[in-house]
Formats: sequence, structure tokens, C-alpha cells
Amino acid sequence: MSWFERIFRRRNLGDELAEELQGHIEEKTEQLMRDENLSRTEARLAALRAFGNTALVETRSREVWQWSWIESLLADLKLALRRLIKSPGFAATVLLTLSIGIGANTAVFSVVDSVLVKPLPYPDSDRLVSLTLNAPGAAGLASFQKGLPLSGSMYFTFSENSRTFQSLGVWIAQKANVTGLARPEEVKTILVTDGVLEALGVPQIAGRELTAADQAPNGPKSVMLSYGYWQRRFGGDRSVMGRTITIDSQTRTIVGVMPQGFRVVDHDFDVLVPFAFDRNKQTLAGFGLEGIGRLKPGVTIPEANADIARLIPVWMDSFSNGPGSDSHWYAKWRITPNFHSLKREVTGSVGSVLWIVMGTIGLVLLIACVNVANLLLVRAEARQLELSIRAALGAGRGRIARELLFESVLLGLIGGALGIVVADAGLRLLVSIGPANLPRLNEVSLDSRSLLFTLLISVVSGLFFGSIPAWKYSRDQATMSLGATRSVSSSRERNRSRNILVIAQVAMALVLLVCAVLMIRTFQQLSKVDPGFADAASLQTLHIAIPESSIADQLMVTRVENNVADKLASLPGVTAVGFAGVAPMEDGGHGWSLIYAEGKTYAGDAPIRFYNYVSPGYFQALGTRLVAGRDFTWNEIYDRRQEVVVSENLAREEWGSAGAAIGKRISQGYGEPLYQVIGVARDVRQNGVDQNAPAIVYWPILTTGPFLFPPRSVTFAVRSSRAGTQAFLNQLQQAVWSVNADLPVAAPRTMQEIYSKSLARTSFTLVMLGIAAAMALALGIIGIYGVISYAVSQRTREIGIRFALGAQKGELRWMFVRSALALTGIGVLIGLGAAAAVAQLMRTLLFGVSPLDPLSFAVVPLILLLAAAFASYLPASRATSINPVDALKAQ
Amino acid sequence: MEHSKNSSRDLFPGALEMMILESLRRQPAHGYALVQHIQQRSNNLLQVEEGSLYPALQRLLKAKLVRAEWTVSSSTNRRVRVYEISRAGISHLEREISRFDRMLEGIQMVLGPARGTENS
Repeated sequence: MSWFERIFRRRNLGDELAEELQGHIEEKTEQLMRDENLSRTEARLAALRAFGNTALVETRSREVWQWSWIESLLADLKLALRRLIKSPGFAATVLLTLSIGIGANTAVFSVVDSVLVKPLPYPDSDRLVSLTLNAPGAAGLASFQKGLPLSGSMYFTFSENSRTFQSLGVWIAQKANVTGLARPEEVKTILVTDGVLEALGVPQIAGRELTAADQAPNGPKSVMLSYGYWQRRFGGDRSVMGRTITIDSQTRTIVGVMPQGFRVVDHDFDVLVPFAFDRNKQTLAGFGLEGIGRLKPGVTIPEANADIARLIPVWMDSFSNGPGSDSHWYAKWRITPNFHSLKREVTGSVGSVLWIVMGTIGLVLLIACVNVANLLLVRAEARQLELSIRAALGAGRGRIARELLFESVLLGLIGGALGIVVADAGLRLLVSIGPANLPRLNEVSLDSRSLLFTLLISVVSGLFFGSIPAWKYSRDQATMSLGATRSVSSSRERNRSRNILVIAQVAMALVLLVCAVLMIRTFQQLSKVDPGFADAASLQTLHIAIPESSIADQLMVTRVENNVADKLASLPGVTAVGFAGVAPMEDGGHGWSLIYAEGKTYAGDAPIRFYNYVSPGYFQALGTRLVAGRDFTWNEIYDRRQEVVVSENLAREEWGSAGAAIGKRISQGYGEPLYQVIGVARDVRQNGVDQNAPAIVYWPILTTGPFLFPPRSVTFAVRSSRAGTQAFLNQLQQAVWSVNADLPVAAPRTMQEIYSKSLARTSFTLVMLGIAAAMALALGIIGIYGVISYAVSQRTREIGIRFALGAQKGELRWMFVRSALALTGIGVLIGLGAAAAVAQLMRTLLFGVSPLDPLSFAVVPLILLLAAAFASYLPASRATSINPVDALKAQ
Repeated sequence: MEHSKNSSRDLFPGALEMMILESLRRQPAHGYALVQHIQQRSNNLLQVEEGSLYPALQRLLKAKLVRAEWTVSSSTNRRVRVYEISRAGISHLEREISRFDRMLEGIQMVLGPARGTENS
């Protein structure tokens, strides 16, 4: 009999069996009537007794033909579905809880998986390393997070002499102006040396890659396009190869296109431009480049470190900082390679945040499961009579436990399916918000691994919350009776598992709440921090870059920028305008140099200070008060007066007070030009709200020091109440074009946006933890409410008796509230211990708050106890409205 | 519960099937007749639980060791399903019997020569 015949004959088989068994019993009955002279009824009863359970025999006989487990699973499925449909309220509550819990976990898993777990999208990406250097001897360098960047001369030394790298190169992300296409536009550029694309190992999709020939200083001027730029500007036209575009006034030939989604480390770009370094013009200094290398197969990072460490003296022997300079001066910096995998470079500090988020979301799911388990326990008890009857009719204990378990796994799976919808929506939301410092966001998707994860947690949660009632039921069954349960008060035994679940729930909710409150306190502390500028929302910033190829003379550059500033200032509603090399909290602009105060001697070198170039009016526009002295004026700037403004902390460190700094002079080295301090500006948190304000030297925007190169790319700061509106931006654009029609206005942002971006990590963590904690609190309240509510319904008779004996309403209410508070109290005690441990793990995320912040640890238990009192008060009040007569009559 | 009773009464797995096949080799029969036959042949030493006969019959049907046919019984005038041993059933039965004999022999050897001689 083939398998489909079996399926179609199934009903037939059942009928045949029934007929056969019926025949058997009747034959036996007749024989008993004949042989033993019994009445038909007696004989039939005897025959049935001898036969045993006909239903069971029939089932067992049928089972012979079944793929038994699949079929009984199907039968269970049908039954479970039917039961769920019959109690829509229960099903909806459970599925909602589960879909949110599982969905949130799937979403966070997808993020963690794509960002932290999966390899970078380059072939053999585990062999890629980021070339970062340490220079512990360079005082002040510690304030720059990523160590010492590379210089061009280092690139030549390393790439020519290294034995451990298959290929290595340096690169830097910049902006450039493209003119001559439509309106001038600023594009994202990545400058690369030979070796970068070879190391990354991703082939082009059209044309050819940049080669060594493209890197010749006087060779062909070539450029590669990103897929996005190729599509956007050239409509994906393949004949574009060989055509030219003008980048920063340099005509370049398009030679190739990189594939979609290709990034250099974590940088998106429009065009890839060869550096074309002239080896003979390289100095030792010029540290500002990022290095990347591909290790030879089998080489470890420590081996690569040792290899490059050997080359540092070679580097100092081969290059210099110009005639008469000491090549081995950098020996004092004790430069050592500190390479790490490219993946670590990309994921950076986001790992700790994501793992914490993953942990908290996991905890929420656990709480949700506990809640569902509680609901299932109540349901199983409500079904006790039904289950007893079925057991009496011959259902095995295992079979009933399996069915309960099956029902919960089914709930888990449906919840998981709904959870995928939730996760998908959540991920779309996340990608559209695009938290600033979440790397590899473009790679985040709901892929097969996420779906597998969903399936896994759905089944595991189903088994978890199902096993509690299943285990408890099959254990309790021995004591179950078919008679109505008419006990007076609820048995301790029966409530114990629910109580334990509630305690666990409270403890977990407490942990999450403490973490969330700690983040709120961190956020509070951060917003209390004075960033050093005022009213960020009404401060518009924008970039303007003037390439050397378009205006060569530095004085002319400054004049154009001055004209732009004047034009912007004349716009309606603008109260102040200034510009600088880099605005506070902006990326880039890592200018730093040794700063010597005149007349002071330093043990070794003077400290390295952060510096910026500013125009007159910049401090006013930013709202950064000058605590002593005055601002630059344009006349002084064009006179090239050697004047400087310093930050308050620098003044205090060098001369004791802001006032004492005025009139003092500083230089970049013994014998270098001296600049007189004319003003002292309030400290600015240049590197972000959570980073200490660095000591800053503000050079004038036009200056001619030997080591000073005023920037061709500047950030304008425009103070206006209309900041951020589109109309205002259009006016700004027109004003800039009225000065020079080739200048694109790039990256217009309000200071508020820059400020928020610097808080992004904190706010992202806060939001995630906040959501998790809110869910945990809500689930906890539901849990407590459920348990007390159930206790009340179980103890109706007891309450009636107590009333009849003269108990007061208040006392009774307190009795229930007290039991809830006792459970919560135990949960709180356990939770406090766990929270103290967990808070240590998130130490790096906190700012200005101790992980054992007494306020957080005092407030949260209070919140939970209040919530518990509230959640138990409602059902307790219902208990006191019971009419004693009804209560005693009932059941 | 139900299940445990069954297994305690089973002599060993497959014993019931063997007896059914042996009975059917002598003569095709329907369920009730099979029960009667087995009880009579064993001088009522073996009480076959009537219910457990049917799952065993279905197992044999599935393994194609027996065939079944609905006919009308000449004695009771009732529609009955008569089982008949197949060729495969016969060879299976012979294999099982020889295995059973060997097993019995083994058990007797373990239980000791004294008992063995006493019995023989």
C-alpha cells in the first residue's frame, strides 16, 4: 500500500476497525449468553470488561499505520489551534507579549550578528589589519583616541621593506568639489595609495582598478567611481570609462567603477582618487593618514608588529623634516606599532553597547516567558477537571504533558512568526534613524541566520514556559480527583510556583530598571555639561572648501571666505557669523602641535596641544565667551599680526589664570615665531560632551608660521533663529554663490544636530534600555496583578468566611497587598544584588554616575514596590466587594 | 497504566504475533476465533487480552505477513474480517520459531542442567 493510499484509506481503516471490534464484542456477548446463561446486558458488560478499553485498542491499532509521531502531532496541532481560537483573550495576550519579546530579540540579534559577528565584506577579511601606531613619548597625544596616524614617508618605508604584509597602503577620507557636471557639488573622496585596493581585494565591476602607474606623481590623473555615484551622475553608463571629470579643479580620467556596497573600511565614498605621492618630497612628519594592510597567509598580528617595529629606525634614517632637522628626534616619541584587526577598527566601542542591549532584550524575553508561564499555569488549573476526565478515559500522563508542551511551543512559533514582522519593522526604523556611531548599518538585514535564530528562540521559549505547567501538572496529577475542589483557602503548594515566577520577574525587572535609570542619570549629567557654546539649535553650520587648483594664494582664499562671511551676515535674521577650521564635536581636523610658553622651561618637550584656526566673530557666533582679553579683528589678520587666542584651561595651566595669560607669548618650538595671547576663550568640549575639554590654541585664520597651514576647508557658524529651515539654507547657498559660483555648500547642519550626534551612543543605549525597562515593568505589573487576582478568585470562600466572622475591609485588602509586597520585596533583594553586578559591566557607558549610584538603587526598588502595591490593590479591592452570602453559597 | 498491564502479560515481544501466525497457518480465522483458538491450544494457560490482539493483527497486516478479507461467517451470519497467513508470513514464522527454540534452549542452559534433565 503506497503512502497516499494509506492516507486516503485512513477513514476507511477506522470504520473497518470499529466494525471489527464491535463484531468481536457481540460475538463474545452471545457466547457468554449461551455458555453462562447471562442476560444480554450482563453478558455485554462482561465482554467489554474482558476486552479492555475499546477506544484505546482502536487508537493503538490505527497507530500501527501512522507515521505515528507526525500524525499525532497534527492531531495535537489541530486541537491546540482550536483551543486557542476558543480563548481569544488569552491567545491575544500571550501572542502580543511573545511577538514583541521575540521580535525585539530578533532585531537586536540581526544587528549584533551583522555588526559584530559576521566577517567584514572583503575576501579573507581576517587577514586585514588596521595600521595604528602608539607614541607614548609624545606628550598630549593621549587625547587623540586613535593613536598616531601614519605619514607618507612611513607608507613608503613600510610598503618597501615589510616582510609580513602581502600589500599595505594608506588612505584618507576627504571632501572635494566636482565642477563642470551640473551645479558644483561636494563629493566624498577617498585618497588611496597603491596597496589599499589590493589589500581589500574587492574587484571593480567596470573598467580597471587604480594601478601603480596611476600613483606616479606626474603620471595620468585618474579616478575611480563608487557604484552609487556612477548611477547617480552617469546613469550607470559603461561608456563613461575614459571620460573626464573635474575634481578640485583637476581634470581626471574615469578608469573604473567599484561594486555596489563597497566601502573603504567603514567609509562611504563617491570617488577614489590616487594620492600620487612624490617620494622625494616626503618628510618624516605629516601624520594624518590611515593605514591598512593585508597580512601574508599565516602571519599573526604580533609578527607584523615586530616587523614594522624594526622599520621605525629605518624610517628615521631614510627621511627627514628638512635640512638641519634632527631625524632621530622622533625616537623620543617611542613609536611602536599597535596593529589590530580591521574588524576591531570598524566595530570599535559599539560592541559593549550592543552586547548590553542584547542582554537586556534577552532579559525582557525571559520576563515575558515567565509571564506566559504564569498564564498557562492558571489555564492548566482551570482545565484541571477536563484533564482529570481525560486521564480517567485512558489518556497517558506523558500524552497530556506532551499536549500542554505542544500548545506552548505552538504559541512560541506563532509568536515568533509575528515577531519577524515586529523585527522587520524595528530594523527598518533603526536603519532609517541610522544611529550615528553604529558601524556597518548598511549590512544589517533580516537574513536566514536571523530567521534561524527566531525559530530557535521561539521553540526554546515555548519549551521553557510550557515545561513549567507541564511538569507541574504531571506531578500534581497523582493527587488530582474528579470531585469538585472545595477547599476553603488556596493551597500553599499550588501557589508556590507562581510566586517563584513573580519573584524572578521582579528581580529581572529591577535589574533592567536600574540599568535604565543609570543611563537616564548619565544623560542628565551629560546635558548638564556646559559644551562651551550657547543655544545649539539656533546655530547653523556649513562647510566650504576652496581647492588649491582653483585659488592658489592663501590670502585670496581668506578674502573669499571673508566676503562669504560678510554676505552671510547681511542676510535677514543673522546676528553673528564666523568660521574656523573645525567646529566643536565635528569629526576630523586633528590639528595638534608642541606649544611652548615663552620663558618657561620644560622637562623634555612642551606638551602637545590641540589647535584650530578661527576668524574674527567665530567666538561670538558660537556663543563662546571670552573670559579675558578680546577677539581678533580683520585688520589684524590681514596685517598678519602674530596674535593668538587660547582656551581657559590652557591659560590656567601655563600661567595660573585667564587674566595672567593676556600679553604672554607662545611658540611652536624654541626659536620659532612668538605669538602674543590677546584673548582667552571659555573651554569648549571639542571632542564630544563626554570627553574633557582639551586645551586649545586658536590661531588666526590667516597666518604664516613654519608649521601652520590655514585650512582651505572651513566650517562656517551662522547664528540665526532661522537656523535649520530650508528657506534659510537656500538663502545661504545663494549668498555663497554670489561670491563664487564654483563653491558648493556642504554638510549644512545645526549645531544641535552635531551635539546630538555626539550624544548618540548614550541616547541609543538609553532608548534601548528604556524600552526594555518599560516592557519589564509593565510585564512585572501584569504578573503581580495576575497572581493576586487569581489568589482572590481562589479564596472567595475564605474571604466570605472572614467577612462573616467580622473582618474589616481594610484588613482584607491589606492582606492581599501585603502578600504582593512580600513577593516584590524578595524579588527586589535578589534583583539588587544582580543589578550591582550588571551595572559594573556598563561602567564604560556611564558618565558622571557611579555604577552603584545610590539614587538609582534607592529609587528603583521604590518604584517597584509602588507598582506592586498598585497592581495588587485593584484585585484586593475587588475581593472586599464580595458579598459574604454569595461567596459561601457559590461552588 | 493500561500499557504497563499489557507489557507485564506479554511473554516477550513478538510472542503474540508468533501465536497468531501459527494459528493462521493451521487455518484462516477472524479475530474472535483467533482468541478462542489460542486459549484452547494453550489449555487456557495463556489468557490473551482480547484487545491487544487487534493492534498485533494490524502490525502483521502492515508487514504483509497476513492478508485480510471481509466475508460473511457461515456460523454466525455476521460480516467478519478473516485473516490468512501469506507466503512471507510462513517463512517469517519459521524463522521466528527456530529463533524461539534457540532462545528457549539458551534459557534452559542458563537455568542449570538439573532443571534441564528434570524437564526432559
